[in-house]
Amino acid sequence: MSDSALPRIAVLGAGHVGPVIARVSVEAGYPVTISASGDPERIALITRILVPGAEPRWAADAVADADLVVLAIPLHKFATFDPALVAGKLVVDTMNYWPPTDGVQAMFEDRRYGSSEIVQRRLAQSTIVKSFNHTGYHELEEERRPVGAPDRRALGVAGDDAAAVDLVAEVVERIGYDAVRLSGLSQGRLFEPGGPVFGASLRRDDFERAVSVEAA
Amino acid sequence: MTTTPSSDVQTTAAGSATFPLVLGLDTFGDLTHDKDDHPLSHAQTIRNVVEEGVLADQVGVDFFGIGEHHTDDFPMPAGDVVLGAIAARTTRIRLGSAVTVLSSDDPVRVFQRYSTLNAVSGGRAEVVLGRGSSIDSFPLFGYDLSDYEILFEEKAQLFAELLKGGPVTWQGTIRAPLRDQDVVPHTESGPFPAWIGVGGSPQSVVRAARHGYSLMLAIIGGSPARFAPFSQLFQQALEKFGRAPLPVGVHSPGHVAATDEQAREEFWPRYLEVIRNVSKTRGFAVPTKQSFLREIGPHGALYVGSPETVAQKIAANLATLGANRFDLKYAMGGLPHETLMTNIELYGTQVIPRVRELMA
Ligand SMILES: NC(=O)c1ccc[n+]([C@@H]2O[C@H](COP(=O)([O-])OP(=O)(O)OC[C@H]3O[C@@H](n4cnc5c(N)ncnc54)[C@H](OP(=O)(O)O)[C@@H]3O)[C@@H](O)[C@H]2O)c1
Repeated sequence: MSDSALPRIAVLGAGHVGPVIARVSVEAGYPVTISASGDPERIALITRILVPGAEPRWAADAVADADLVVLAIPLHKFATFDPALVAGKLVVDTMNYWPPTDGVQAMFEDRRYGSSEIVQRRLAQSTIVKSFNHTGYHELEEERRPVGAPDRRALGVAGDDAAAVDLVAEVVERIGYDAVRLSGLSQGRLFEPGGPVFGASLRRDDFERAVSVEAA
Repeated sequence: MTTTPSSDVQTTAAGSATFPLVLGLDTFGDLTHDKDDHPLSHAQTIRNVVEEGVLADQVGVDFFGIGEHHTDDFPMPAGDVVLGAIAARTTRIRLGSAVTVLSSDDPVRVFQRYSTLNAVSGGRAEVVLGRGSSIDSFPLFGYDLSDYEILFEEKAQLFAELLKGGPVTWQGTIRAPLRDQDVVPHTESGPFPAWIGVGGSPQSVVRAARHGYSLMLAIIGGSPARFAPFSQLFQQALEKFGRAPLPVGVHSPGHVAATDEQAREEFWPRYLEVIRNVSKTRGFAVPTKQSFLREIGPHGALYVGSPETVAQKIAANLATLGANRFDLKYAMGGLPHETLMTNIELYGTQVIPRVRELMA
């Protein structure tokens, strides 16, 4: 089903979020791998049943071959995540920091920065783009719509590197959402828990209005 | 009915296992209001739950479950004590948790409490274990949320050992080791049924299978059908681990009243209020009337309506999900006790017989 001309996506995380992102990516035609923290054998059955068409792999191998890495691990595991693993890669950060459920994470307590900016500072050799974090994992699959559908929903894509933002926006569009690009990873704060679009199902114009009102 | 679920297995012509249909009720001890809409005390709310459990038994409900919570709007941290009170006044209904937050409890204590409940109730105890999606118990008992995964994995493993009965030898990182330890009280007739509640993580499904727990799918939002692959994953994982098939259950919220309209009008303002409060601690969006109507429709996760509407939806989803058990999480913070009693009566006398008829 996958189209070899499309970028290769490595999803890191096989919990609530990872398999859903992997599945919608496979269905959009991308070559997709999925990895957890250990032996791919442990997620082989999950992949076969929940993400048919994706390949379970060791994280390091999957990342080495990928054009785009989706980071879908719990934020409290990030402190022990090895930056070298994704050096030189485009990384989509889907993670949220919400102390009541994550516990207080010292690294993310610096309120001058959004959580993705802190991820970028730690993964200094990678290019970070923030997306997908502001939608519930079960909605991501159900709310996909074809281009032009009147109820097609928007997802935000924020990053400092315009080419990287474009690449991720393209993925978002193919999966079934209108991509709203925000230039600057710092703008990604608008997608965070408690922000104007977190958990909200908005069409492009409403999404743009919500983020521009807040940014103004 | 003191058998474990697996001993009730029948094998169909197709070779797949079938389990008896179980239709239960769950509550989180949601704080109830009086007829003038003033909140009742925690103590009165708890006494009301005892009455609700007793009524559930009288009207033919198969199971009554109490979920552990530690907040002002869900004052229910010790549901097993309440289940003991219900056990003393009933003879038939099965009693259990929905869920027990195992991650922040001691598996030995959980085993002791539920095997005591099993003794008190004459073999009617069950336990549904969860990682805890409401994590208020972590700070309360001094656990670190960063240890979320390891706490549950090790404790689920130890609890599975305890359930087997007989002296336990266990070693891990999250509690002191046990060496040939006899843990009492012993059960009279083998292990009581034990489930793992799963919200949406396939790794939790595989974990349940690995340790030999039955699977309880907690479906509280979105399309129930998307969980169908989870039952398939569960049965295939059991096979991979060399285990016999085990039951699959569904836990979802809802409310039954005489008519669809009445059920909607009673439930919606309470639901909005409760979810609005939860949103504050979780950061997600408050539901709209439109999203609510979608959730109570055929493709949503809420079972709100007349007995016929709710029965049709339960039967349809059990079939879709390959599940043999449904536990309706009734009560939504602020609903009066009297309204909950009507809900329970309608569920027992009309919904349950109708689901049985539809699934026969
Ligand atoms: N809940 C939502 O609707 C939602 C929506 C958008 C975004 N998010 C965000 O998505 C992230 C993931 O959440 P989740 O609920 O999916 O978590 P989860 O269910 O706990 O799953 C975490 C997954 O990450 C894997 N993992 C951990 N460390 C890893 C590493 N170093 N390398 C590769 N894989 C690793 C785990 O594998 P092992 O078991 O092998 O360790 C596991 O498969 C969170 O940051 C959350 O804030 C959540």
